[in-house]
Amino acid sequence: MQETTSKQIIAQAARYAFPHTIPIFAGFWFLGMTYGIYMNVSGFSFLYPLLMSLTIFGGSLEFVAVKMLLSPFAPLQVLIMALMIQARHLFYGISMLDSFKGTGFKKPYLIFGMCDETFSINYSAKIPNTIDRGWFMFFVTLLNQFYWVSGAALGGILGSLISFNTEGLDFVMTAMFVVIFLEQWLKEKNHATAVIGITVSALCRICFGADSFMIPTMVCILLFLTVFRKSIEKAGGMA
Amino acid sequence: MTLTQQIITIALCVLGTMTTRFLPFLLFSSKKPTPKYIQYLGKALPAAIFGMLVVYCLKNVSILSGNHGLPELLAVLAVIWLHLWKRQMLLSIAGGTVCYMLLVQFIF
Repeated sequence: MQETTSKQIIAQAARYAFPHTIPIFAGFWFLGMTYGIYMNVSGFSFLYPLLMSLTIFGGSLEFVAVKMLLSPFAPLQVLIMALMIQARHLFYGISMLDSFKGTGFKKPYLIFGMCDETFSINYSAKIPNTIDRGWFMFFVTLLNQFYWVSGAALGGILGSLISFNTEGLDFVMTAMFVVIFLEQWLKEKNHATAVIGITVSALCRICFGADSFMIPTMVCILLFLTVFRKSIEKAGGMA
Repeated sequence: MTLTQQIITIALCVLGTMTTRFLPFLLFSSKKPTPKYIQYLGKALPAAIFGMLVVYCLKNVSILSGNHGLPELLAVLAVIWLHLWKRQMLLSIAGGTVCYMLLVQFIF
């Protein structure tokens, strides 16, 4: 009896999680395949995109890693590059410290698989009390990683054989983040932190350029949130 | 690069990524109470992060050249309009994406 109940809880969470991941399925399959094709035409076997997407599981770094694999061996530079590109994940962890409490053996995997998209869904999804939160987040993470890895492997196998007009499909990720931003905006009483986030990022993008604006952006966001902490807390400008 | 050097390169990418994902959880264990400042950041950051991610997705758009970011602007407006109208996440995302694909494939 106990067995069936826990199985039901897991199945229920999986069924509830799937629809949340559909936009990511579209985006990750497209981007994953693009990545696999890119590795294929760069002369790597499909095993490379398969294993790299499985272990690194972070889109932008994987694209950069292709270039690094084709350059002379420079381990320290690789590590610094990886830390800089992925630094934004520090923010996700800080935001999920409470959410991941009590998720037991699933916790290491939830942290391992926390890419931009998975974090955004797990943070913002409205999960009813009847659904187990830990299992919900587990399936969101697992499905998203499955989409990414299978897309990358498929792209690596098919290589440049596929050509269909998918120009612009990558906008699906932008659209998803716009919707999540909007949902957050409609939900919060005070928009101070949202305005800080978007304004600081846009200004840093203009000042520092597309390739190196993320670290200054993160530093400036932290600075603003720290300096204005009292008024932000007072206004309740937090979800 | 030899195979060993390739493996080391990939392993360092994994190490860098996992450091950024695991560090907050290692620094603030669930056994000890999280410092008030970090708790505050945990609540104040997400809205700022989502704003940052929108800009991050649009980072390669050039306002001064090419299409001046017009297809992106129109598609983002379509997403916002659809979402405020129907409040259906999947519809807003799919509608905005189709709109963008039509714009870049046929108009711009």
